[in-house]
Amino acid sequence: MMHVDRPGLFSVLQDRGRYGSQRLGVPVNGAMDEWSHRLANILVGNPESYATLECTLAGPSVTFDRDTLIAMAGAPMTVTVDGIAIPHERAVLVKRDAKVIAGKCPAGARAYLAVRGGFATEPVLGSRSTFVRGGFGGFEGRALRKGDRLPVHEADVGYAGLRALLLRSGMPFVNGPAWRAHSPAAPGGVLRFLRGPQWDAFTDEAHERFTAQVYRADSRSDRMGYRLQGPALELRRPLELVSEPVNFGTVQVPPDGQPIVLMADRQGAGGYPKIAYVISADLPALAQTLPGDSVGFGEVALDEAEHAWLDFERRLAALRAMVLEELQEVPEPFLHATPLGQTT
Amino acid sequence: MTLLDEARCQSPHEAKVFPSMEAVGDRCLMVRFGERIDPLVTAQVHSLTAWLLDHPPEGVIDVVPAFTTVALHYRPERVTRTGSPYRQLADTVGAVLAAGVPQIGQGSRSVEVPVCYGGEFGPDLDDVARRCALTTQEVVRLHTASEVVVHTFFFSPGNPFAGPLDSRIVVPRRTTPHARVEAGSVAIANGLSSIYQVASPGGWNVIGRTPWSMFDLTWTPPTRLRLGDRLKFVAVSSQDFASMDEH
Repeated sequence: MMHVDRPGLFSVLQDRGRYGSQRLGVPVNGAMDEWSHRLANILVGNPESYATLECTLAGPSVTFDRDTLIAMAGAPMTVTVDGIAIPHERAVLVKRDAKVIAGKCPAGARAYLAVRGGFATEPVLGSRSTFVRGGFGGFEGRALRKGDRLPVHEADVGYAGLRALLLRSGMPFVNGPAWRAHSPAAPGGVLRFLRGPQWDAFTDEAHERFTAQVYRADSRSDRMGYRLQGPALELRRPLELVSEPVNFGTVQVPPDGQPIVLMADRQGAGGYPKIAYVISADLPALAQTLPGDSVGFGEVALDEAEHAWLDFERRLAALRAMVLEELQEVPEPFLHATPLGQTT
Repeated sequence: MTLLDEARCQSPHEAKVFPSMEAVGDRCLMVRFGERIDPLVTAQVHSLTAWLLDHPPEGVIDVVPAFTTVALHYRPERVTRTGSPYRQLADTVGAVLAAGVPQIGQGSRSVEVPVCYGGEFGPDLDDVARRCALTTQEVVRLHTASEVVVHTFFFSPGNPFAGPLDSRIVVPRRTTPHARVEAGSVAIANGLSSIYQVASPGGWNVIGRTPWSMFDLTWTPPTRLRLGDRLKFVAVSSQDFASMDEH
């Protein structure tokens, strides 16, 4: 069980998304920064599909009611255990009842807390992602509140010998092995993009502005979309479209000419003209962008986008293989387990 | 949420050949059956969707029909780790389209949806009547007179988009959107009818409200309506509304 003493600014359970139900009008949701979500799971030996706690800007304060292997990844949020800072993107075995306090983010927007064994809330339509507007999934369909108690699947502490070390050391936590993860961050803050289906409907000036100028993330940016401010992108002539598919990273342009990059909480279809698609491998970098930060866009071909994604997958697979040489993976049955007292 | 404006739908391109395929970024493939909302196009969209749900190609994790399109969301690394995942999937789907899929008939199910029109439940009914040069009674009569087919869901869970409406009550979206449209609101725009499942801002013309919930996780499937359902709206009194209210 994880006890929430302070919920943080906006902390929600997310996994790799509720795919398979978009045809019912149910959005995908899921982690904004898929790299960091998956990395945090790998570091504690969880399958990457397990839910992590996505902590935005200011993290929560929690305790665990047994010794628990945890890892934080993503934004380098300051995290202390009984007052002592723990390393970023590294598994640590936290002593039972020690106070884990995640503070502010000196950089980036979102950090992901993985707990070995995984959060054990009931999946909804095959996912533990939180759908806040719909009020379901994750933990009671909402962001955490003070006093919440989140069930965690029972699991061993992972690294053999780490618990003995914890007891001997008298410390509130001990570090697991350090692994180097090579993030595929977008080079130089430029987000790579593919042309969208209405690219040709925009003026030459709009093409020039989109690729040569910078856009600033607006304060209204959220999990639904990043609203960007910059030189207006205009159509050659007004365009009314039948709503058609959109995806994570789709750049749509409403009539005011200010682009919106659709993110994790997007709907499944939309009717605004789509000038571009941010490539999937660069979405984690965008998800760590703060309101006021600038982004630029650089065009690539589909082949490069696909190579970048397969490279993203290879990096995670390589890390996972290394980690699993020393750390036993949490067995798969936990994925389908139901909370205590409930039968299916 | 913008939809086809019939008057402006004059494609500047030369005639396209349908069905066509295109990449929606690097993790989604879209099949397009046409450029305007049309019962034949809808039937093709729903037929391909049904077939793909029964026979998902390797790596496909979601199949999402809209008015004229079917989107296949996939995990590229599960499609292929060597060549182009998009091209490999496009080959697979292209072969399916070339061979043809069984056509499913339009909606075997007919559903009567109760609606309490006007008043506080339908704040835009008077305005719609004025713009269509009809009385409010005539708008209600035309909205309840003929069946509409459920094309797609996407705005919120179980929130249907159904059409076509009688041409006499085709109006564009409001120029000033409502800051809040209540759950259950029955709204029209551009020849389609929709039902807001959750309260949200909205630009459609709200003419009534249904006491029904459109989505419940305890149902299987959790949507009250299904793709292809034929809907008939039935006017009910506010007393009947209160006795049926599920919100």
